[in-house]
Amino acid sequence: MKKTLFDKIWDSHVIESIPNGPDILYIDKHLIHEVTSPQAFNELKERGISVFRPDQIVATADHNTPTENQHLPVKDLLSRKQLKELTQNCEENNITLYGLGHPYNGIVHVMAPELGITQPGMTMVCGDSHTSTHGAFGTIAFGIGTSQVSQVFASQCVLVQKPKKLRVNVNGKLKKGVLPKDVILYIISKLGTNSGTGYFCEYAGNVFEEMSMEGRMTVCNMSIEMGARGGLIAPDETTFEYVKGKEFAPKGENFEAAQAYWKTLKTDEDAEFDQEYSFDAEDIEPMITYGTNPGMGIKITGSIPMEGGKSDAKALAYMGFKPGESLLEKTINWIFIGSCTNSRIEDFRQAAAYIKGKQKASNVNALIVPGSRQVAAQIEAEGLREVFENAGFTLRQPGCSACLAMNDDKIPAGEYCVSTSNRNFEGRQGQGSRTILASPLTAAATAVSGKLTDFTKHLN
Amino acid sequence: MEKFITLTDTAVPLEIENVDTDQIIPARFLKATDKAGFGENLFRDWRFDNNDQPNPEFALNKPEYKGSILVAGDNFGCGSSREHAAWAIKAYGFTVVVSSYFADIFKGNALNNGLLPVQVSPGFLDELFIEITKDPSVEIKVDLEAQKIGIPKKDISEHFEIDPYKKTCMINGFDDIDFLVSKLDAIKEFEQKKSHKTQATTPL
Repeated sequence: MKKTLFDKIWDSHVIESIPNGPDILYIDKHLIHEVTSPQAFNELKERGISVFRPDQIVATADHNTPTENQHLPVKDLLSRKQLKELTQNCEENNITLYGLGHPYNGIVHVMAPELGITQPGMTMVCGDSHTSTHGAFGTIAFGIGTSQVSQVFASQCVLVQKPKKLRVNVNGKLKKGVLPKDVILYIISKLGTNSGTGYFCEYAGNVFEEMSMEGRMTVCNMSIEMGARGGLIAPDETTFEYVKGKEFAPKGENFEAAQAYWKTLKTDEDAEFDQEYSFDAEDIEPMITYGTNPGMGIKITGSIPMEGGKSDAKALAYMGFKPGESLLEKTINWIFIGSCTNSRIEDFRQAAAYIKGKQKASNVNALIVPGSRQVAAQIEAEGLREVFENAGFTLRQPGCSACLAMNDDKIPAGEYCVSTSNRNFEGRQGQGSRTILASPLTAAATAVSGKLTDFTKHLN
Repeated sequence: MEKFITLTDTAVPLEIENVDTDQIIPARFLKATDKAGFGENLFRDWRFDNNDQPNPEFALNKPEYKGSILVAGDNFGCGSSREHAAWAIKAYGFTVVVSSYFADIFKGNALNNGLLPVQVSPGFLDELFIEITKDPSVEIKVDLEAQKIGIPKKDISEHFEIDPYKKTCMINGFDDIDFLVSKLDAIKEFEQKKSHKTQATTPL
């Protein structure tokens, strides 16, 4: 039978299919962080069960961590306690932890790929919905709840119904100034936030084939924002090149053997999908969101739809926008470049290339938060820190930061923030904050002009 | 896990679509390391204003609406994987959430915590909203065994789907950890075979 990429990886990891029920799916790599793991460790302790495969778990501290003075004790006592529990739990269970200050520390979905922990053909889970990011490598990666985190601790497996299969094709040539973030925001704006529920999504077409791994990660990251449990892209030379030489990637002959297997990981011709959509790259322009879910997106030069869905009126009231309104020239006082969606080196290179020689507008607070210590080191090595600082941007230490505002990095109530993160939900970046999702380039251009503008006119 | 078989109770109507997990439990309340106490912060920023005063317009604050069934708009529970959302709803006192659509991860989290997500048709959901707002004392009956939800007094009901495995777990109060631990031999055998060719067993 013809198989999709998703079928090939999934089927090779099924230990048993329960009749009329879920599959027992074997998990190769389990990533954990401080927020969704403590209750899972407690659950195990209460039952007197030990962690079954600690070697296949990697921990980091990211969600709750400060982005300043990481060498000092964490000021927020609840955060400090949560981080301390993570450290203790990892020590007690022999789990590798890249805690605050470790050279490998970073946002879980940034550090694992850059260390070569993420590899094609694997199954990966994490108590975080943006685990879909790792699908960029041709990996089945999805977010799980804390009960499932304890299941994986106990058995290295999850019980999960095999999702249906969806394919999104984008072919053609992307316009100048259109980044991977715009591509995924466009797709979600067309399909809606629950179009992918019950599905795993494969992205196909020359647009994804031509993307860097960073770009593919941005796309797969936001699969969950259309409801899909995960997204994946067939591994190719770009993938192999990225993985090769990474700290935990196979080496020498082992790499050759692994690569031979990875090359088989593609959807067979004529394999069937339950649902399929196709878009033209030429139709995509730099995107922004105007509402309170990631599906409420328009091109930056567009207008808010007059006829919205049921939730549009509530969303527009929250955002302070009107139906039919264009957001060009709208004053913006905050921009945030960071999060597991857009905090990799390529994102900062793109932002810096635009910013270089320019100044941020005086009304703007511009926050730059690298995804990991390694990205921070790259920013330093490539001289991007000077570019950002000379332009008046604030460069912080790595973490999830203002994407979910669990730490002190919050956008004030009522303020608009053009953000490269993944969710524009009410209060996501701080109580009362108003998020406009966009690409790193759009965020950089907004910081320079102090308002939303059609920056593509000024691109070389 | 507690068993769930049937429930007849009044309901609280939350007529909002795309209720995301950040609204159910905002991220700033996720710093706890145990499962207790999330109920008081359920829908925190909708239930309370900036001065921590209850918002009288919000359904959960309206005195006429009580009960252990939450009836919510389409695409409930989208967003993050935080199980804290399910814990908060359960801790507040709900046992059933009804919607015309649930986000995948939320649905799984709810089922793992004895919180029954009941997916109904959009038309039936509208009917429920109409009946509850017309008469907040109207009782809704949820029968998991028969997979049926309805308003007995009005003689309206609808069949709902649930994964048969999860149904058995809910009715008997079983949970997945016990089940998976009972499969450890098969799991070890699978690892031995290494039928998949990833580097899974290479130590980090």
